[in-house]
Amino acid sequence: MTRFRTLALGLCATALTTVSPLAAQAVSPPSVSTGESGLSVDVTDESGDDLVIAVPALATPQAVATPAGSTEALGRQVAEVITADLRNSGLFRPKGPDSVRGITFGEVTAPAYTYWRGASSEALVQGFVRAKGDGKLTVGCYLYDVALGTELTRQGFDIAPGDWRRAAHKCADAIYARLSGESPFFDSRIAYIAESGPKDNRVKRLAIMDSDGANHRFITNGQSIALTPRFSPDYKQIVYLSYIGKRPRIYIYDIGTGKQKLVTESVNQTFSPRFSPDGRFILYSMSVSGNTDIYRVSAAGGGTPQRLTNSPGIDTGGSYSPDGSKIVFESDRGGSQQIYVMNADGSGQQRISFGGGRSATPEWSPRGDLIAFTKIGGGFRVGVMSPTGGGERLLTNGWQDEAPSWSPNGRVIQFFRSSPGRSGKSAVWQVDLTGRNERKIPTPLDGSDPAWGPLLP
Amino acid sequence: MKKETDMARLATKLILTASLLAVAACGKKEVADAPPPPVDNSTGTEVVDTGVDNVPVPGSQGDFLAKVSSDRVFFGLDEDVLTDDDRATLDSQVGWLQQYPNVRATIEGHCDERGTRDYNIALGDRRANAAKSYLISKGVAAGRLTTVSYGKERPDAVGSDESAWAQNRRAVTVTLG
Repeated sequence: MTRFRTLALGLCATALTTVSPLAAQAVSPPSVSTGESGLSVDVTDESGDDLVIAVPALATPQAVATPAGSTEALGRQVAEVITADLRNSGLFRPKGPDSVRGITFGEVTAPAYTYWRGASSEALVQGFVRAKGDGKLTVGCYLYDVALGTELTRQGFDIAPGDWRRAAHKCADAIYARLSGESPFFDSRIAYIAESGPKDNRVKRLAIMDSDGANHRFITNGQSIALTPRFSPDYKQIVYLSYIGKRPRIYIYDIGTGKQKLVTESVNQTFSPRFSPDGRFILYSMSVSGNTDIYRVSAAGGGTPQRLTNSPGIDTGGSYSPDGSKIVFESDRGGSQQIYVMNADGSGQQRISFGGGRSATPEWSPRGDLIAFTKIGGGFRVGVMSPTGGGERLLTNGWQDEAPSWSPNGRVIQFFRSSPGRSGKSAVWQVDLTGRNERKIPTPLDGSDPAWGPLLP
Repeated sequence: MKKETDMARLATKLILTASLLAVAACGKKEVADAPPPPVDNSTGTEVVDTGVDNVPVPGSQGDFLAKVSSDRVFFGLDEDVLTDDDRATLDSQVGWLQQYPNVRATIEGHCDERGTRDYNIALGDRRANAAKSYLISKGVAAGRLTTVSYGKERPDAVGSDESAWAQNRRAVTVTLG
């Protein structure tokens, strides 16, 4: 189990008042905003006027070999990951270690502001990778406002060398959060379905990866179709649909033990599983003689499933509001797929989608402010609407863009995009709420059904 | 579908005439234990190149495919309503299922790619159950029939056009020995 420790605030009292790089080994987030800087970015800004950030390779006081490579090489790799994260957020124009000069260890806490002003950088990220005696690494990173010549934030982490990418994501998160005012999201993982083979006999395997596609791992071997995974909030389990034994049923896979169990015993097909925000319940759909309803069962096992919907027709999907009090789901009870909201006990069901066409696969933002969904009508597009309905806005325009899943901060949406025809493929994509920053997530095979987990614990 | 039906009929004819020969021809290894060859009352002489080794055993899935007018019925977009053609197809399946009362069957429901994943799993279940209910209404014991939906996961036609989609919106009866 990966453990991160944010270094204690108390240790940095001297670090804040010294330029000694040695003191920089004790770093921590500031307890209050430094406040002076005019630097900020707006996640809703569509102007394209991105902030230029220089991200030189992180320095090391001494190149030390680690199981993950030398601290010097790691310093460069961490800077590359930070650069990619910032670029992929669509808010920044980072200049990574390939395009800016390196820094000395001494510069980490004493930026050469004049130089960076001359290099047309508005912000500067510097840091260090230092081998500790116990086999771990300390990774520190600092964000500076170049024009004002001030430090904006700093973060430090003690990690196992193999977890260096997490340190990089956490640095990028600190920078993103400080400059945008939004919550972080890079340090998180994705569960999805890796696809291969011909269209009429696709091999579909459960797989997991970091939010940027790194640290990819297949979980199932592809002998049975796997679909629609969701991480438990603590990342210890994945609930998903498997056709093991040619019966579509929901399983909970335990990442630590590699074992899985049926969520509920039934002769009927069960599918469309979702964890509640507290991880205590699993929502799922069950079809009985052609009629599909949504049920809720304890994730720990045991207990009788509670039926939440009882309309004739297809009630499926389902996504909890962040506080767990409500569930958004889809139903064709009115004649076509539309989006409905109900209380977590199934009471108070009411339709919220009235934007024309069909609307499906609703997912409640972790911020609570929006519902992401698939708009059906001459193809699939990913859109967002208000939890009370209305405010509908479409973000993508592929042939089939299906099944949105929110980033932990509710600012980015992943989905899968399919192309038509016999050679049709699907891939995991993401888009931000402006609809402007869209990109494909690199995966070893084709991909579908992405499910973005929360910020890593 | 017409073509499929004609082919099935031709295959049925060939298989009926060939089946008795096949039984005799198949006992390759344990000749001593093989039952005595049945009396062949058919003319047999017309049968050439039918792939004798592939002639299905009576009551098998191959036999089912050979004798029913089709193993599948088709649906309109986002529909689970059986048409007259569908009912005729299912009637032929009823006849076979009544001939082999010990054979169980599962009905696979499928959808085209124009629905979202979860919804299509539910819709495929509706289609499978539409076919199942009809078979039951015609006298097939409910206990012999199960359903499974593959949603849009197993298309039969891989194109993205009306004809491919029409082929994929289906419920397929698969016998289980």
